[in-house]
Parts: sequence; C-alpha cells; structure tokens
Amino acid sequence: MFDWLFATPSERRLLGTRPLSGPTPWVIAIMTFSIMIVAAAGLALADTASRVAAGAQARYSAQIPDGNRHLPATLQAIRSAPGVTSVEAVPEADMRKVLERWLGPAGASADLPVPALVSFDVRPGTDIAAIEHRVAAAAPGAKVIAHRDSLGPLLHSLRALQWLAGALVLLLGGACAAAVVLAARGALDTHRFTIEVMHGIGATDHQVTNLFQRKIAIDALIGSLLGGIAAALVLLGLAAGASFAGELMGGATLGPVDLVALGLIPLALTGLATWVARSAVLATLRTAI
Amino acid sequence: MRAQWQGDEIRQPGERVDGEGHVLTPIVEFDSIGLRYGTGAEVLRDLDFRLSKGGFYFLTGPSGAGKTSLLKLLYLAQRPTRGRLALFGEDLSDATRDSLPNFRRRIGVVFQDFRLIRHLSAFDNVALPLRIGGASEQAVEGPVREMLAWVGLADRASARPPTLSGGEQQRVAIARAVINRPELLVADEPTGNVDADMAKRLLHLFTALNRLGTTVVVATHDIGLISATPGAQIIRLENGAMIDPTGLLKNPPPQRGDA
Repeated sequence: MFDWLFATPSERRLLGTRPLSGPTPWVIAIMTFSIMIVAAAGLALADTASRVAAGAQARYSAQIPDGNRHLPATLQAIRSAPGVTSVEAVPEADMRKVLERWLGPAGASADLPVPALVSFDVRPGTDIAAIEHRVAAAAPGAKVIAHRDSLGPLLHSLRALQWLAGALVLLLGGACAAAVVLAARGALDTHRFTIEVMHGIGATDHQVTNLFQRKIAIDALIGSLLGGIAAALVLLGLAAGASFAGELMGGATLGPVDLVALGLIPLALTGLATWVARSAVLATLRTAI
Repeated sequence: MRAQWQGDEIRQPGERVDGEGHVLTPIVEFDSIGLRYGTGAEVLRDLDFRLSKGGFYFLTGPSGAGKTSLLKLLYLAQRPTRGRLALFGEDLSDATRDSLPNFRRRIGVVFQDFRLIRHLSAFDNVALPLRIGGASEQAVEGPVREMLAWVGLADRASARPPTLSGGEQQRVAIARAVINRPELLVADEPTGNVDADMAKRLLHLFTALNRLGTTVVVATHDIGLISATPGAQIIRLENGAMIDPTGLLKNPPPQRGDA
C-alpha cells in the first residue's frame, strides 16, 4: 500500500527533478499557512463563544428605574432568593462612566437620573420567575434581564463567524487539491516522453503513478511543514499579544485539542495532496497517454 | 482463417499441430487488421499474416507504406481499428489496458529515433527494462555492463544521450531493447546511424538472439542487411497493404523453435 514511499536511487533519477524545483511546495506552503490561520481563528472564536455563552447562561441583571432608593431592599430580596450564588450592585460611578461615553460630560451631571443595576448569578434550574416576583415587590417597576437574551445576537455572530472559518478551511483545502491536480498534470506533460518510453518498455500505470505520487508527496510535505511553521510563529505572536490582532483576540484561547487539530493540518494536507495527485495521475494516464 | 493451415490440425485459436504431434504456435497473428489515425484514411488495411516463433523477418517498402505503423501494432503502441491481433498465442482484441504491460515486457523495441531518456545515463537507459520488470540493483549491474561492452560502450556507461553520437545512441537503444532477452524483437531502421562494421555486429547480435528463440522483425531499406541474413523472410508493404505473392506470410511453414 505504501510501496510508493520507498524509491530506489534509480527510480528517483527517472523524473530527473529535485524537490522544491517547481511551484507546488510553495503553493502548498501558502495554502497551509492560510488554512492554519483561518482554522485557529475559527477555533478561537468557538472558544470565545463557548465562554461567553457559559458566562451569560447563569447571569442576570435587575434594573431599578428610580435609582438607589430601592437598591438596598432589592439587593436583600435577591440575596435571600434560593439559587442565587452571587449578588453585586453596579456602582453609580461606573454607570455614569458608561453614560459619559454616549452623552459626553452631561452624563456625569448629578441632575441626570441614573437607574440602579444589580448583577447576580444563579445556579442552573433556579426559579427566575420567583426572583422576578421578589424584585417587583422590593422595587416596583424594576425588571430582571437575562444576559443570554442581550448577548444572543453577539453569540449568533460568533457562531456565524465560526462556520465561516470552517467553510473557508474547506474552500482553501479544495483550492489546494485543485492546485495539486494542475501540478500533477503539468508534471505529466513535462515528463510525457519519459512516460511513453516507460509504457513502451512495459511499465504499468501504477509504476508510473508511484513516481509522480512520491514526488508530489515530498513537495507537499516540505511545503505544508514550511507553511505550518510560519503559521505557528504568527499564532505565537498573536497569543503573546504582540500585535493589534493579538488585542482583538484577547481572551480567546486555544485548548490542547485545538492545538493538536492545528498541528495535524500540515499532515492532513500532505495526505490530501498525495491522494489527489495519485488519482489525477492515474486518471490522466488512462485517458490521455 | 486458421482452416487455411493446410495439413495441420486446429486445436485452439492460434494453435496447430504438425504431423508428428508437435504444437506449433505463431507468435504474431494478424487477421484482417486495419489501422487509421483519428478520422483519416486507413494507413494499414486488410493485413493477414502470421509470424512463426523463432522467425527472422525484414519489413520493407517505400517510405509512407506503413512500416512504422505496422511496427507500432507489433509493439502495442497502437491498437488496430479493426481486425484481430494475437500475440504470443493470446487474442488482444479485448485485452484490458492493465494487461498490456505484461505483453510489452516480452517485446524489445529499437525505435527509429532511439527514444532514450535524455537525463538518464546510458547505463540507466539500458537498465530500464530490467528495473521495470522488478530486477534488483545487484541483478541489473552485471547484465547491463556486459551488454554495454558488447555494443562497444563500456566506457560510456555514465554518459547521457545528448553527449553521445547518433551511432552511440542507437547502440544504447539496441542494448536496451535486447537486455531482457525478449521473445519478440522489433527494430525500426536499427542500422541507420551506424557504420558498416557496427551494422555487422548488430546483425550478429540479432541473429544470435534469433538462434536463442527470439523472433526478430526489422524494418529496413538496407539491402545489404537483408542479403547478409540467409533464411530471413521479407514482408513487403505498399500503400498500407501487404505484398505476399507466395502466401508464405499468410500460411508460414514451421520455423525453428516452433515445436
């Protein structure tokens, strides 16, 4: 099954070309680099979305329209409710800072009424309706907001980006396969004479195919390793927060499984290129030569 | 068609028995063979002949008569567009592509344009049939050196074809064709680029192989070559058709090595 991997020196001389002599390794290096970056972004987005979703799942806010007047009673009502794990009143100064971003210095004016906000976390299965009743009793007009509802659109966007990254990985993989098909056909054209002589002497299609498959496999392995190393360096730079992109990705992490998946990409691309090359060469030999 | 093998008993396609019970098998059988390239006119038509195992044949005819096309059919570079072709006793009319290499390995070919691989040394070019046949490097070394010495190129083993003269290239091509001791040797103008002395040596090589049982078919215009080979039969082509006034090619007598 893998006899094509092991070439004698005389078999290597038959094609008369050195590894890295054509564009194939470089095309595959660029594809590997792109795929690894996109895949890493997709995996980081998935990690971010999971963490945001997990955090939002248990977090609620109670919004009290008339400010601090009912804040102590509301805090007490929430704290004493079953299932609540933590309660925290958002300081008025923080609220005004947020308003300042929208309203400018007027947001800091004491004349501007600011609602009070209480953030609290609950255990899974907690009766939120009961807490809403308690809050309404302590502060008429107050309402309880689930963070997952307000973060829903963001989570949807993150999931969409994650799927987009997956689709891009597949597209780039397809483009890589197409590049290998073109490279294989080009190699067949270049070596048409040698192939005709070999066929005339009694070489089988598989013997001829093994030569090209081995050459493209070596080119693909070298190219994908080069691309993989370049991508790993860029990702390390991002992870260290050494660039603007690193800031954008701040908080997103790649777990061990993600790192293993990324590490397998160069090998997977080498396997894909090898299989595609074999299929393309065999198909071309059967129809054209 | 085989009913015309007068005096012989027909046992199975392509096989006959002489009066003493010896099985006689023609190595090549052409029945109503025609060949055209694409949609053009037929370049070979209605070829009916048999070549006996161990025979020595010269293929002659004017330029454009179809000699090279006939040789291509013999070494399986082309398939006939009609008719029945059998080699080594096996009908190849419906042979699959995958089955052809095994037949080709039993045929040695000397091409008119040598067809040497330019980036390989003379040694590697001659060794190619052995390696394709699966021989180990140890099994290749001795026979290839011996064959190169025989064609006078022992000191040119590592030279590449572009650095060899036309005659030297032709000798490498001949060495490659015969290194496998083929059952059928097909040569297209094999002495066209060599001097008279080398032509004589090559003819000796062909007749020696013929004595060992190889059927030899040589396309040539060289009358000297033909006259220097007593016992050889002549196949003459004109305008894609065979001239066989005696009918000996259609119904050949048993040859040495048939039995």
